[in-house]
Amino acid sequence: MNPLIHSILLVAGIVLLAWPAGTWLTWVLKTRRLDGIFSAALGKGILNPTSWKTYFLHLLGFNALMFVTTWIVLANQQHLPLNPDGLGNVPWHLVFNTSVSFVTNTNLQHYSGEATYSYLSQLTLMWLQFTSAATGIAAFAGLARGLAGNRDFGNFTHDIVRILLLFLLPIAFIWAILFAISGVPMTFEGAAIATTLEGASQTIARGPVAAFLAIKQLGTNGGGFFGPNSTHPLENPNLFSNILSMIAIAVIPMACVKAFGSLTGKEKHARIIGAVMLAFLLIKVTITVLPESAPTAAFANLPVAESANLEGKELRLGASTGPLWAVLTTSTSNGSVGAMHDSLNPISLLGPFSGMWLNSTFGGVGVGMINFFLFMVLAVFIAGLMIGRTPEYLGKKVEAREMALAAAGFIVHPLLILGGTALFAATPWGADTIHNSGPRGFSEILYEFSSAAANNGSGLEGLGDGTIAWNIATGIVMLLGRYLPILLPLAIAGALAAKPAVAESAGTLRTDTPTFGFMTFAVILFLGALTFLPVAMLGPILEHLIH
Amino acid sequence: MKPRSTRFDPLLLKRALLPSLKKLDPRVQWRNPVMFTVWLGAVLCTALLFRHHSAFEIQLTAWLWFTLLFANFAEAIAESRGKAQADSLRSMRVTTPARKLDNGKETSVSAEKLVPGDVVVCEAGDVIPADGEVTEGIASVDESAITGESAPVIRESGGDRSAVTGGTRVISDRILVKVTSKPGESFLDRMIALVEGGSRRMTPNEQALGVLLVSLTVVFVLVVFTLPSFTSFLSKQGLGGETPSLFVLIALLVCLIPTTIGGLVSAIGISGIDRLTRRNVLATSGRAVEAAGDIDVLLLDKTGTITLGNRQASHFVPAPGVTEKDLADAAQLASLADETPEGRSIVVLAKNLHQLRGHDLSSANATFVPFTAQTRMSGIDWQGRTIRKGAAEAVRKHVESLGGSFPNEASEEVNLISRAGGTPLVVVDNTKVLGVIHLKDIVKNGIRERFARLREMGIRTVMITGDNPRTAAAIAAEAGVDDFMAEATPEDKLQRIREEQAAGHLVAMTGDGTNDAPALAQADVGVAMNTGTQAAREAGNMVDLDSDPTKLIDIVETGKQLLMTRGSLTTFSLANDVAKYFAILPAMFASIAAVSGTGPLAALDIMGLHSPQSAILSAVIFNALIIIALIPLALKGVSYRPMNAASLLRRNLLIYGLGGLITPFPGIKLIDLILSTLHLV
Repeated sequence: MNPLIHSILLVAGIVLLAWPAGTWLTWVLKTRRLDGIFSAALGKGILNPTSWKTYFLHLLGFNALMFVTTWIVLANQQHLPLNPDGLGNVPWHLVFNTSVSFVTNTNLQHYSGEATYSYLSQLTLMWLQFTSAATGIAAFAGLARGLAGNRDFGNFTHDIVRILLLFLLPIAFIWAILFAISGVPMTFEGAAIATTLEGASQTIARGPVAAFLAIKQLGTNGGGFFGPNSTHPLENPNLFSNILSMIAIAVIPMACVKAFGSLTGKEKHARIIGAVMLAFLLIKVTITVLPESAPTAAFANLPVAESANLEGKELRLGASTGPLWAVLTTSTSNGSVGAMHDSLNPISLLGPFSGMWLNSTFGGVGVGMINFFLFMVLAVFIAGLMIGRTPEYLGKKVEAREMALAAAGFIVHPLLILGGTALFAATPWGADTIHNSGPRGFSEILYEFSSAAANNGSGLEGLGDGTIAWNIATGIVMLLGRYLPILLPLAIAGALAAKPAVAESAGTLRTDTPTFGFMTFAVILFLGALTFLPVAMLGPILEHLIH
Repeated sequence: MKPRSTRFDPLLLKRALLPSLKKLDPRVQWRNPVMFTVWLGAVLCTALLFRHHSAFEIQLTAWLWFTLLFANFAEAIAESRGKAQADSLRSMRVTTPARKLDNGKETSVSAEKLVPGDVVVCEAGDVIPADGEVTEGIASVDESAITGESAPVIRESGGDRSAVTGGTRVISDRILVKVTSKPGESFLDRMIALVEGGSRRMTPNEQALGVLLVSLTVVFVLVVFTLPSFTSFLSKQGLGGETPSLFVLIALLVCLIPTTIGGLVSAIGISGIDRLTRRNVLATSGRAVEAAGDIDVLLLDKTGTITLGNRQASHFVPAPGVTEKDLADAAQLASLADETPEGRSIVVLAKNLHQLRGHDLSSANATFVPFTAQTRMSGIDWQGRTIRKGAAEAVRKHVESLGGSFPNEASEEVNLISRAGGTPLVVVDNTKVLGVIHLKDIVKNGIRERFARLREMGIRTVMITGDNPRTAAAIAAEAGVDDFMAEATPEDKLQRIREEQAAGHLVAMTGDGTNDAPALAQADVGVAMNTGTQAAREAGNMVDLDSDPTKLIDIVETGKQLLMTRGSLTTFSLANDVAKYFAILPAMFASIAAVSGTGPLAALDIMGLHSPQSAILSAVIFNALIIIALIPLALKGVSYRPMNAASLLRRNLLIYGLGGLITPFPGIKLIDLILSTLHLV
């Protein structure tokens, strides 16, 4: 089948699944039926709604606790149980990077899991894949409540507990079983020793992979159990596991859009948001899948017959799923890989790159919708003025204070990506770690910072990123790229919630029309293009033109 | 203050030149961060020229300064209009001595020495020395100096026409005026400050837009100043390519940051207020003009806004056995001497319907009977006929006292007209009831369409009237207002405004009386009539010098236009960046990976520009010239027709979004052609 049609059909299928998932998520975030059980177990306090500030502080506190716990476990894994392969001491900067990476839902891995971390460490990281995803959804829930006009954003503890217990655990359980059925290992035994056909002895790493994999994909985490991530045959054995994985990557970010509509009571508005995100996703799919369907230019003068770019693809999964996966994983800040991104044709890289640069179509679980909200603030501001009104969003006036917070949000992302890349391109920190020269080398550095800032976690590989400089720099970028884009939108929603509501009329900018959708689309496209066009030219485009 | 030409007056242009230069002062530029960034770039380039200079660098630097000058010029020309108005107002300040009254004794004091509470005498020919209230007497006053309206207005003690303004002239009679304004704080002083823009502060929306523009500037600073690191990285990788010079980087930055809107934003704000001023509405702040754009409820007084001031005859309903023409004839006869607007309208209606041109009444036997409170009828005794017209009850008494009877059909008709909100007048000839004249409020021509347009814009109109609910409902239906308040008191108005605001609406209203003051203050946009009391003028945030309540609609439209101009030019400014990227980036990166001549990225030069240098220079020149080109639009505001929000957005997106995307491509190409033809690069 035509790879593009195949890809679009799969995306359509995920959209259909996201609908019930969104309804489920809404129920989890709204239900009061289990309040009695939660308050009996965790104290009455967890039912008290809090202001946005308290909500954010609780979120930060919880994440700090997770960070410290993880650091302690990873740094002392050699003294702790569940270490059948006797994996040893991990350098402090890698512990820092890994802890940050998993707490921030990035899961950038400057290591190979099976060779670096014990089962206990891996299980701790798996636990973080749950909590970091739940953190993102909780932040999103707080934002949605604020935008619905509530001064109280809910209770973070209450939210995180119910998101974990009622949403992520059940859905991950289902996926883990499906993965296990598809042949992904699920065991606490140490590595298997096999004798090969030649009679040599081979160590085959294994472990509780299916459980790890389910939440890795569902929570837009992306941290693989094995170093090669989902290109490893035990992490992604066949077409069934491959399709399951791709569905899991995008389903919750899409469900968040549906839940946004239900939580704010603006279902039509949410449909427009979903349509804009989907349009971006399909554009990215097209510009990535199509060039990959052609032979790579690198083989042009070699005696190799190629129908499509097959380098770096897992052929047992088919040649077209790699590029689709590359787009899904970067569009949702997941970061797991189903093909080596370094082997993509230069021009195809624009798809994954733009996924991370925009980081909101659909974006990470919860946070994608939060990032998209920032763009909408800008869109309603300009569109509001163009219809002769001082701008408003969901009935609240957007004024200088909100604009300043949103503006800070727009600056963070380019600052981290462009600033970081400029620093590393100019110093041996970056220049000495690239494995490809020229524009591809530049793309490697750019990709690493884009991935860290977008809390994505995938890598262009071919980059020696295990250095102290990379570990610390990307660690800092991941922290800023995670918490500022949660803090600023929550602050905006807090400011909006405190304002009196403005009545709607025919003169009001409607946010549930295709015109508004187009406006938002244009704003995202323009802002993204104007910010990242020069680096796109110097990286992928230059490389494409040279060949 | 009469509408002045909206065209560029050569004198105004000249007056704006010097301020444009003066505004290059960094302390002035600092207030506009976008233009301050350009200023820094221009200063830096100028400094670099001392070390090294080529023709390209000199031209580039010059155009950076021009960019600043053009933006300054836009602001200066917007201000110059106001300055000219302020000058003419200043010349009206009273310098003649005032005739102050102290315990019945008149003393001559300087007008500037008057304090609130002083009482002054003004007689025909005197200029009123200060703002005040008439405490005694009635006079006609020429207020043309302030309103531009040459017809004198009546000012009298008590009631809602008691306020007088310093600087206006008494034409007849004598009044005593109690001074209400402190020296230097008179209405005239405030007007001067307003039109001059001296007290202009950033409005909330300007601040918010400013924040957005600053953030875009910061993003573009990041984009531009990280480039040398990237190009030198590639160069070290063996791809060659020059690191872009500071000149080129600054050129790119200036092109990318939103200088178009940044350079025009204050001109847009000033001219918005100026447009209101030219419609003879004074806004006390730019904030009020912005608020006008958001208004979604208009409280409108019925009389004068929705209906013509007075009731008029609309048709004749004859009694059984009487022709309409006979009724019209009698009604006309009874009204010939009636000078009230109602009476005149009866004469006119009879003439229009039946070509009755009145009878020759010069014969001595015609006696006019004027309206009295006792008879509540008026009419004529002529050729033995006793024709009367009046309210139904009065006529019934009249007829019955003469032994006649009042027909049932006429009674029914009277009830019918009352129920429809009209006023019935019964006409009787001796004892014979001829029929009924239907008097009704006449809704102004075109007002219904105007309300329909407002509705489309999402603005609800509420009619306020002292009429009873039945009458009010009839007029409301005819005028097409959305809602009405009958038998409304000023307290009701205030209450209504509070209710609307609590429901999230923004309310505008007009008022003139002292008892309107609380409601004017409560409303988001309160337009006080200039004929109104001092209290009302203080309470509102706008004063309408023409005292025309219909103008509220213009005010709302001006507010919307102001915001739309801001939004549209922001969109235009951002959309322009795409073309500038395509001009400058290929030029900047042309030497990367070049084997001979230009490298692969030069292929992105889709405009086919002459050379890298001319490409960069053309973009900078276009960026500067577009400011000049858009000054008329900034001053006039984008064209505006009332329509719903979605179509408005589509239209403006098409014009300013798509237009902004496309325009610079031919523009830059054209400049490039001129530069290369003239061998400037």
